[in-house]
Amino acid sequence: MTLSFLLLAAIAILGAAAAMNLKNAVHCVLALTLGMAGLAALYLQLGAQFVGLTQLLVYVGAVAILAVFAIMLTRSRTGETVAHGSASSRISGALTALLVFAVLAWAIFTGISPQQLSGAQPEASVREVGVALMQRFVLPLEIIGVLLTAALIGAGVLAIEEKGGDR
Amino acid sequence: MPEMIDQIFVLLKHWIMGYVPSGLQPLCSAILSVLPVLVVFPLLFAITTVLERKGLGRMQNRYGPNRAGPWGILQPVADGVKSLTKEDVVPRSADQLVHLMAPILIVIASFLVYSVVPVGRNMVVADLNAGVLFFFAIGSMVELAVFMAGWSSRSKYSLLGAMRAIAQMISYEMPMVLSGVVAIMAAGSLSTVTIVNMQAGYTGIWPHWYLFTPWGITGYILFMIAATAESNRCPFDMPEGESEIIAGYFIEYSGFKFALFFVAEYLGMMASSAMAITLFLGGWAAPFSFLTWIPSWFWFFAKLILMLMVFIWIRGTLPRLRMDQLMNFGWKFMLPLSLINILSAGLWHYLPSGFTRWSVISLLLLLSCFLLSRSLRRNKWFQERTYRFAS
Amino acid sequence: MLGNGIIKGLAETARNFFGSYVDKERLTTVQFPEERLPQIEGTRDFPFLVYDGDDWEKGLRCVSCHICEKECPPKCIFIEKSKDKKPDAVGKLQFYPVRFDIDVSVCMSCQICVEVCPFDAIKMDVEFELSSDDRFGGLLHHKDKLAKSNEYYHKIHPTEAAAVDAALAEDREKEKEKQKQAAAAAAAAAAAKAAAAANPPPAAETNTDASSKEETK
Repeated sequence: MTLSFLLLAAIAILGAAAAMNLKNAVHCVLALTLGMAGLAALYLQLGAQFVGLTQLLVYVGAVAILAVFAIMLTRSRTGETVAHGSASSRISGALTALLVFAVLAWAIFTGISPQQLSGAQPEASVREVGVALMQRFVLPLEIIGVLLTAALIGAGVLAIEEKGGDR
Repeated sequence: MPEMIDQIFVLLKHWIMGYVPSGLQPLCSAILSVLPVLVVFPLLFAITTVLERKGLGRMQNRYGPNRAGPWGILQPVADGVKSLTKEDVVPRSADQLVHLMAPILIVIASFLVYSVVPVGRNMVVADLNAGVLFFFAIGSMVELAVFMAGWSSRSKYSLLGAMRAIAQMISYEMPMVLSGVVAIMAAGSLSTVTIVNMQAGYTGIWPHWYLFTPWGITGYILFMIAATAESNRCPFDMPEGESEIIAGYFIEYSGFKFALFFVAEYLGMMASSAMAITLFLGGWAAPFSFLTWIPSWFWFFAKLILMLMVFIWIRGTLPRLRMDQLMNFGWKFMLPLSLINILSAGLWHYLPSGFTRWSVISLLLLLSCFLLSRSLRRNKWFQERTYRFAS
Repeated sequence: MLGNGIIKGLAETARNFFGSYVDKERLTTVQFPEERLPQIEGTRDFPFLVYDGDDWEKGLRCVSCHICEKECPPKCIFIEKSKDKKPDAVGKLQFYPVRFDIDVSVCMSCQICVEVCPFDAIKMDVEFELSSDDRFGGLLHHKDKLAKSNEYYHKIHPTEAAAVDAALAEDREKEKEKQKQAAAAAAAAAAAKAAAAANPPPAAETNTDASSKEETK
């Protein structure tokens, strides 16, 4: 529990909380991005450079931009306020949150605690991540690659058909 | 003696650190590493602005700025004083906080990038394990800042500019990363320091730069084109197309906030150049083995200024592209070619070294470049233009 | 092949870049405060008041007839007419402007004041560096600043000034002729009067003639 950890955790939690509570949709996305960046900084602080930087690249660089683009393209007026959900959606949201919390808590309590991890800790360098991806996890990687390619092509096909819709 | 001059800044830092109490040493070391970056690169920015204006002037047969100081070299000082003393106007309907944050974020991102750039032997702020990844990750933050600036200004021009900028940056980020990948593959590391060290050797008098391989030069050219687009420079300056949307995403900024965007643009350009130098031009390595007595940091900055001149030259030459041309070029030419380039870099690794390897890979790349450029112009053979009123 | 045009363009700009250092002919810029292009004779910028002779206060041609003030489209001229008359350059008694101001910031250099002036008193100058650090006083030119000699006029617009001088001289000649005639007529009249004094009835006749004419009207 160092000072930097507390600071970064506060940034991540504040960002997430602001993303839920702000009125303006674009503000929500920006706050969410702040939370993601805080999370990335936490990874970096833990020495997981590859994960941290990928988090930054993917969530700050791509997902946030995608989200703001979606907001801009779907709303007629930018920055319209978001209608906060009704009572039923609040209850279901609370239930989901509880469920997620329970799963995470279970994972943390049944997992290996840092005290048990004595001695040489595995060095998760970029090279090792790459080697693991290319040797042990090569099949999942390839399947994900195929899936993403299929999604990309599908998106392209949809976009093209929409463009030439008068045929 | 040459080694001492080469390492003079490193030695200087160690010498200063000797006088610092051990409790303060981590902090002091960080400050001493960061401070030069915060001083040198803005200074280089100032030099670049004056070089650019004078160079562009000469390309158009003008003098360029020549009033402030001898030959106009004090022009950046005058510009700085002007932008500092100007009124800071914020539109009433602007999103005040986001409007303020955008220029700050963009400058922070632009400066952060320099922390992984090795400017000389043993001269890097942070030798990250994933340095190249860090560069691209931080570079993607710029997009967010651009969006924030464009959206928070509540002006249709700035919003249009931001949309264009983001579309362009996303499209060209991919070729940029993919063209950089070949250097990472060849070096077997994501660390910028290792990549440069791999290129610092010599065969005879010739250096082992990745530029001097078929995939290296292809990757370098692709990287430079993508970098031009990423930093919104001519001919990819649609986001700020003055004749169409006035100044794009930073139209509603005035005074020093505008200057910050300007600084960020140039810092981004320099960062891209620095990364291109690191990946393909051997970083701080001297171009010939008999020139290694000149300090490494000199070579880095010489290369950097050379690259900036190329940027200026290109800006002085090429007109702005259209949006569809830009997108077509990015997705239909740059992206496939950078993928083929990765393939050829892999093949290069496995082919026996010698003339066959050279010719096979060169042929592959030239052929694909030719075919891609053919397909880019398919059904678009331009008519011979006749100028009725030209002499 | 993709990029031919780019290479051609780069060569062109490189040629310009190096050429501009070697060949001074390429640089068409005139570095203004130090270098100036020679002014062509047709240059016109801002009106001034012409005076004859050496003393500008005495020699002003302006008789403050207010025509230019009325014709000025942006209304940048302010004239205050004198109560008394002073002799002008040729010695004729005329009104003169007590005040003659032109507002630089309003004047649009249309030259209408010059065209309407019947006395050739206001002409166009070639001076264009009229900016001032005084926003209010510095942009309002009074007549002491506006008055410039006929010699100056000859210097800036020689052909036009010569024509104007010739016309003026002709006018003055005519005026003199008229005056001479008037003087002669006056002399004749005086002689006639003297003669009439000798024998009064014809003079009375002429008087009645005139009165009868008025009645018929």
